Amino acid sequence: MDFSLTEEQRMIRDLARDFAQNEIVPIAAEHDESGEFPAETIRKMGELGLMGIEIPPEYGGGGLDTLCYVLAMEEISKADAAHGTIMSVNNSLFCHALYKYGTEKQKQKYLIPVASGEVVGAYSLTEPMSGSDAGTMRSRAVRDGDEYVINGRKSWVSSGPVAKYILLFTMTAPEKKHHGITAFIVETGRPGFAHGKVEPKLGIRASATCECVYEDYRLPVANRLGEEGEGFKIAMSTLDEGRIGIASQALGIAEAAYEASVAYAKERYAFGQAIADFQAIQWKLADMATRIEASRLLIYNAALTKERAEQSGARYTRESSMAKLYASETAMWVATQAVQIHGGMGYSKELPVERYFRDAKITEIYEGTSEIQRMVIARSVLGGK
Amino acid sequence: MNIIVCMKRTPDTATKIAVKDGQIDPACLDTWIINPYDEYAIEEALQLRDRAGEGKITLVSIGPPEAQETIRKGLAMGCDEAVHLVDDAFAGLDPLGAAKVLAAAIQKVGDFDLVYTGWKGVDEDHGQTGIYLAEFLGLPHVSMVVKIDDIGDGEARVEREVEGGHELVRTSLPAVFTAQKGENEPRYPTLRGIMGAKKKPFQTWSAADVGLDPAGLQPVQEILSVTLPPQRQAGRIVEGETVEEKARELARLLREEAKVI
Ligand SMILES: Cc1cc2nc3c(=O)[nH]c(=O)nc-3n(C[C@H](O)[C@H](O)[C@H](O)COP(=O)(O)OP(=O)(O)OC[C@H]3O[C@@H](n4cnc5c(N)ncnc54)[C@H](O)[C@@H]3O)c2cc1C
Repeated sequence: MDFSLTEEQRMIRDLARDFAQNEIVPIAAEHDESGEFPAETIRKMGELGLMGIEIPPEYGGGGLDTLCYVLAMEEISKADAAHGTIMSVNNSLFCHALYKYGTEKQKQKYLIPVASGEVVGAYSLTEPMSGSDAGTMRSRAVRDGDEYVINGRKSWVSSGPVAKYILLFTMTAPEKKHHGITAFIVETGRPGFAHGKVEPKLGIRASATCECVYEDYRLPVANRLGEEGEGFKIAMSTLDEGRIGIASQALGIAEAAYEASVAYAKERYAFGQAIADFQAIQWKLADMATRIEASRLLIYNAALTKERAEQSGARYTRESSMAKLYASETAMWVATQAVQIHGGMGYSKELPVERYFRDAKITEIYEGTSEIQRMVIARSVLGGK
Repeated sequence: MNIIVCMKRTPDTATKIAVKDGQIDPACLDTWIINPYDEYAIEEALQLRDRAGEGKITLVSIGPPEAQETIRKGLAMGCDEAVHLVDDAFAGLDPLGAAKVLAAAIQKVGDFDLVYTGWKGVDEDHGQTGIYLAEFLGLPHVSMVVKIDDIGDGEARVEREVEGGHELVRTSLPAVFTAQKGENEPRYPTLRGIMGAKKKPFQTWSAADVGLDPAGLQPVQEILSVTLPPQRQAGRIVEGETVEEKARELARLLREEAKVI
């Protein structure tokens, strides 16, 4: 398998790197502390084309391949994982689903502004009483003539407080469980929609997350994405793409933690020598480098498999789950070792290492926990459905 | 408004330079960028063209075949065309030789109102090429330009940096400007720009293509040796019981040891 990058892929990686290092690194700690959504840098990322990388130019995107998306996600997340979350939700969860399942009218109205970065998009599957098990969601959409009336409470909506449009999954036929879920494109500015509590978070603090409450929220039938009952399929196939993005985010966090550790190990002296001279530290660094490399290869493999699968209409669930599982656990492990290598300074807010540590954890939870990824992979191993 | 921007690739400014046998070790040069001062020239040129609403920007660059990628970044930023000058005879050019090659290429491109380039390359810091270039083209030259106040109708009014201030200069056009860091930060290429760059005209010319005899390009200056700056000495903490005592000691050291006051 050939993973060498084309000139374009290198240029996009360099652009994302330059932007991330010059514009995001200087503000990352401040936004982590305040929890304020980084509207200005996200707007600039939109202008550069980073909010709809794979969407064709006629729908406001960059028209590039998945590897470009992976490279850009990695560089942005290496500077600040919260920016990575906002970027990934916009690119893979909102835009990708609309591009794949939207009608021409829906694409014109909702995809173009979100892919071009003019406004922010979100994805809303989770509810207070329903996370990994989406079939138990309690929110409802009831058809009423040319409209649906939606009621219920959704939780953990990344970018929820700022999103103009939300891809909402809710029940139209609760008795059918998963097969009763339907997807809708929600305009947040309309009556019946309200923001609930903002989640106080451990990490990715600048990526605004909140509850969204629907009370007799009316939506035209034209805003339904796909058919009634297709919601679960849309949600899951969208996560196939999303998980490649989260894996890349995890890779970026791991790289940042690793590079900080290598530099620190060479500089910090104890017992008359650089701590990098101790075998205990060397082995940590060697394991970090190896796991990062393995993550990268799994992610690139998932990206190329996806490119091929999209041509043939196949799924790439297994590859994308493996990449997400391995890269996220690598990010958490590497960040933990990075704190250890930094000793007390790893615990201090004066260095970004403790932020990498807090940010890494989310990659093992959202878009399917590690347990769920193992379930998905096991299903493909054992040949179940 | 047709503008020609002369740019070259230089090692990334973050490169850790290593010296081997009195010369820069080529092995340490692995990341390449558009020379930052040329990038200022590109940004100014883009703004001039866009304000004028017409015209084109042609990049002219001397460099090995691998420099193509760096030149294409200039196209991705928004320049319209590129001429890449590649020839074994261009390998060891000094600033005078580079200016000869650029002048020949610029004459072949023709039809321009302005030639813009960085005031120096961050690789060897000569700061000579733009000046020679103006001479070879027989054009006026304004160095260290930081701002273009007004341009058009065969004339331009520009600000150049002088020690401690700015000087306002009027010149006829065409002219050669060399760019110093001004108010405008170079833009990032957009994803669309990157995608569009490979479709833009890109020509590769040899010495023969621009009518030059390699014999006339022999360097007139030679770098005899390169040395790294001396290692910085460790800092020193001035001791003393009170602030006044420390200040007095510091003043004494600055006068007697460092001899700076
Ligand atoms: C910061 C953040 C941002 C988020 N953003 C979004 C978003 O934008 N949109 C959205 O829809 N959701 C979002 N989520 C929700 C996220 O996807 C869920 O939290 C996640 O899927 C887990 O669901 P849960 O929290 O309900 O945990 P639960 O499903 O209650 O799981 C609790 C624990 O049980 C384990 N578990 C559950 N089922 C099984 C099983 N069958 N076998 C073994 N173990 C199991 C889980 O792995 C976990 O360890 C976000 C969450 C966070 C924290």
